Amino acid sequence: MEHYLSLFVRAVFIENMALSFFLGMCTFIAISKQVKTAFSLGIAVTVVLALSVPLNQIVFKQFLAPGALAWAGFPDTDLSFLGFIAYIGVIAGLVQVLEMFLDKYVPSLYNALGIFLPLITVNCAIFGAVAFMVERDYTLTESAVFGVGSGIGWTLAITVMAAVSEKLKYADIPVALRGLGSRFFMVGLMSLGFLSFSGVQL
Amino acid sequence: MANAKEMKALVFGPVFANNPIALQVLGICSSLAVTTKLDKAIVMGVALTLVTAFSSMFISMIRNHIPSSVRIIVQMTIIASLVIVVDQILKAYAYNVAKELSVFVGLIITNCIVMGRAEAYAMKSPPLMSFLDGIGNGLGYTVLLVIVAVIRELFGSGTLLGVEILPLISAGGWYQPMGLLLMPPSAFFIIGGLIWALRTWRPEQQEKH
Repeated sequence: MEHYLSLFVRAVFIENMALSFFLGMCTFIAISKQVKTAFSLGIAVTVVLALSVPLNQIVFKQFLAPGALAWAGFPDTDLSFLGFIAYIGVIAGLVQVLEMFLDKYVPSLYNALGIFLPLITVNCAIFGAVAFMVERDYTLTESAVFGVGSGIGWTLAITVMAAVSEKLKYADIPVALRGLGSRFFMVGLMSLGFLSFSGVQL
Repeated sequence: MANAKEMKALVFGPVFANNPIALQVLGICSSLAVTTKLDKAIVMGVALTLVTAFSSMFISMIRNHIPSSVRIIVQMTIIASLVIVVDQILKAYAYNVAKELSVFVGLIITNCIVMGRAEAYAMKSPPLMSFLDGIGNGLGYTVLLVIVAVIRELFGSGTLLGVEILPLISAGGWYQPMGLLLMPPSAFFIIGGLIWALRTWRPEQQEKH
């Protein structure tokens, strides 16, 4: 249990997807202008991460890892080179299914998240988390914890960022720094703040 | 067939005038985590340039046969296959760098520049021009990555490509390294500063609101 808690805290704070690995930055910088939209996008990303990381863990362990196809009679096959294409396929498929499912059964949530869902397929945070899961060789439970944790961390980062930019509307920033430039400095300062979590050990 | 001048504009335009990172926030995701060392940044830049160029070329070759409803999937598949090829080549011939780049080679798949060029240019241009467009955009990205990596490696650890430039105090020299430059926040500050400088130099890129 302690191990999972420590993994979770690491994923949320210490190894924050957006602030220490620069993942999901495209949307991070483009979307985070309003707290409400940023939060909705964060929830959508968390849901997709929580499902796609464990799902890809199963795909990797059961089909792609060296020797994984032993159950089908191919004990010597190593399909791990097909990883990237398989993961992106799983993510794209998952997002599509999730979109259809929400549209049919939870229309209110679909309306809130709808426009963000297709964007998520190409969100680097999702693919990055899946790639980290494979590289670090997580078990199924670990990958579920890691997926949820990194989703929450990302949501936290993007929401705080949106809150700061809402306030910055009234600031008198040098013309050349307005928009994109000021955003980078803002994220840099936030990332500096998150560095202080790096000493936390559970 | 386009003339030589147009081709040149296609390759060099994105490097300076229309640099994709500064102007369009594209491809920033995977670019920053690999900039702590110059060699990693160069390898990453070359890998991305090759993937962008070849994916644009292949997509352009079959652009008239792709139904528009499934074009994203088709583009994704082509890009992912090329990234797998690049990843395998790196693992075979530059294993140490590939190890250090870890997941970031794979992240080229979700890099917005590759998808962006495929969607915006390759879907409506002939193969050769798309190839050059890919090279140009890849180079623009590489230039920025290299600038950030030079700043971070030179002032963060006093070396360039692993060769000592500024002798460190700990090794008997005079330079006190800036540890912050090896941490993630510094990359944000450097990119922010670069955008500031670029937009002061070229006011037409400023955001008005």
